[in-house]
Amino acid sequence: MLKDNISYVIKHLKRRKLRSWLTLLGIFIGMAAVVSLISLSEGLEAAIGDQFSSIGADRIMVGSAGAIAGPFSAGLAAAKLTQDDVDVIRKVKGVEFSTGMLSKTTQVIFKKEAAQGFIIGMETDVETTKNIEKVGLWDLGSGRNPKPGAPYEVAIGSTVAENSFDKEVQLRNKIEIMDKEFTVVGIGKGTGTMSDSGIRIPRDTAYDLFEITDEEVSAIVVKTFAGFSAIDVAEDIKHDLRRSRNQKEGEEDFTVETADEVIGSFLQILGVVQALIVGVAAISLVVGGVGISNTMYTAVVERTREIGIMKAIGAKKNTILTIFLFESGFLGITGGAIGAALGFLISKVVEIAAGAALGQDLIRAYVTWQLVAGVLVFSFIFGILAGYFPARKAATMQPVEALRH
Amino acid sequence: MVSETIIELSDVWKIYELGKITVEAVRGISLKVKKGGFLAVMGPSGSGKSTCMNMVGCLDIPSRGEIHLLGQDIAHMTESELAQIRGKTIGFIFQQFNLIGTLTALENVMLPMAFQNIPLAVRKERAKELLTLVGLGDRVNHHPNELSGGQQQRVAIARSLGNNPQVILADEPTGNVDSATGKIILDYLKKLNQEGKTIVMVTHDLAIANQAKRVVHIYDGKIKEETKNE
Ligand SMILES: Nc1ncnc2c1ncn2[C@@H]1O[C@H](COP(=O)(O)OP(=O)(O)O)[C@@H](O)[C@H]1O
Ligand SMILES: [Mg+2]
Repeated sequence: MLKDNISYVIKHLKRRKLRSWLTLLGIFIGMAAVVSLISLSEGLEAAIGDQFSSIGADRIMVGSAGAIAGPFSAGLAAAKLTQDDVDVIRKVKGVEFSTGMLSKTTQVIFKKEAAQGFIIGMETDVETTKNIEKVGLWDLGSGRNPKPGAPYEVAIGSTVAENSFDKEVQLRNKIEIMDKEFTVVGIGKGTGTMSDSGIRIPRDTAYDLFEITDEEVSAIVVKTFAGFSAIDVAEDIKHDLRRSRNQKEGEEDFTVETADEVIGSFLQILGVVQALIVGVAAISLVVGGVGISNTMYTAVVERTREIGIMKAIGAKKNTILTIFLFESGFLGITGGAIGAALGFLISKVVEIAAGAALGQDLIRAYVTWQLVAGVLVFSFIFGILAGYFPARKAATMQPVEALRH
Repeated sequence: MVSETIIELSDVWKIYELGKITVEAVRGISLKVKKGGFLAVMGPSGSGKSTCMNMVGCLDIPSRGEIHLLGQDIAHMTESELAQIRGKTIGFIFQQFNLIGTLTALENVMLPMAFQNIPLAVRKERAKELLTLVGLGDRVNHHPNELSGGQQQRVAIARSLGNNPQVILADEPTGNVDSATGKIILDYLKKLNQEGKTIVMVTHDLAIANQAKRVVHIYDGKIKEETKNE
């Protein structure tokens, strides 16, 4: 009987006019939205993951209050942070690594041309260099970082190398900072972050140049151990710093920030986009459902006589019900299949467009057979539900009345 | 041969309520049809013939009175039992043929068998046989609109025979075909009657009615007279 239903239904579907296929528009827009959303969502998750690591989910920045916390804030605030604070932080549970940086803006001369430079004094030991890279604060493209014991070596950000001076700064070129000559040993990768405009010199050299004697730091970078929540560790750092600096809660002259806020807002935007797509999908599906329902009502009315004939030759209520439910289910599944294809196309386009725009495989469209099967099953059931009332109307028709039609 | 009653109407009424007016389409008809009988029903248009046929064919229910088919009161049957009777016990032939336009002749004939869950191969074979029997063996794949009225009615006859029903109800089967074709159709019905099927046929044509074993005349929802041709 199933096979007969199907062939009967297909005969009718073939006969359908464009009008009734157009009512499927809602279904396939809805399913296209759902499919592209789902197939991209894995890619988006990967993208979020990337974003996490580039922002540094395990990174905590400590700065003085009033200043913008960050490695490049130029110590505008009155309250100072010093190496003592770094030592306090190093003892906090969950802290894998911590270092203080000094940042200053001053004149830099290259081939007799002067420009404002953003000097970052960082320690030069291997540990610091490694961890600064890990938390995404400093990424070398060519050359190497200043070596320990070489006070006049410098690594510069890509923007400094390319744009600060008329001539591009090359490796092994000399630049002058505060009347001292430095050798460029490394050039940054160009990560699109502020480190591109930084000039990294050894911290002790910076202390000498700027005549700092109290081991002041502008900002402290903290890297947490894997498995520790940056937020929890940040709380502990706050607590310990308050104690060592003798401050009350709420009156700190320092700030402790995690990358969470940035990621939070990123996720929020993503959430809004997803909600929007889901909303579009939901509206389209409602429209599609009404469309199918409407088409099926029309079909039932148009085929009233046929229903009467079928009843007169022995069709049971359930047979008629099944026939019409199959038909609406098939309408649904057709809409779903077209929608799924469209959705995959959209997500592929997004993948390619994102790749072209960002220059890397940031977002990938994932197509799984589970998704395809899910969409088809869902749209079939959806079609059946949308067609239920029309089908019931057909099934409960009185044979004589249907035949008089 | 013991002639048992296969159809029995006892004081059957059909009253339509149309707002304030009521139409008494059938007004107290009592009638018995024996197994193997061939009854012709005559009467002017609007006299209630079709209404009667529909009730006997379980397409409609009486307002009053009882109808027994094979000894069973149809008033006590469930919707699904009625469908079963329509499918298996009765073969209905209509004036307007009532074939399904999207299906081929073969598929139309197969349909009632499909409703009885007869396997595809079996019903396909049987449908071909039946179409051959009514002289349409070469038209199996034609759609109704590619067939003449007479041919369509023969497809309808073939369709009514699919589940080997005991009773054939034909409501003006020759009403929409020319008289020559009408004669062919009547011959099929007579042949089926000779094979033992009980036939009730509504007709306007006295010549055709007179071919039946028995004729009843209905006027205004009542039986007026009855003639026997044997
Ligand atoms: N569904 C209905 N509603 C109202 N009146 C009906 C209905 N069906 C039939 N009638 C009326 O019942 C009478 C008998 O109709 P019918 O049995 O079709 O007559 P016949 O077949 O003898 O020409 C007619 O007057 C017709 O108008
Ligand atoms: Mg009539």
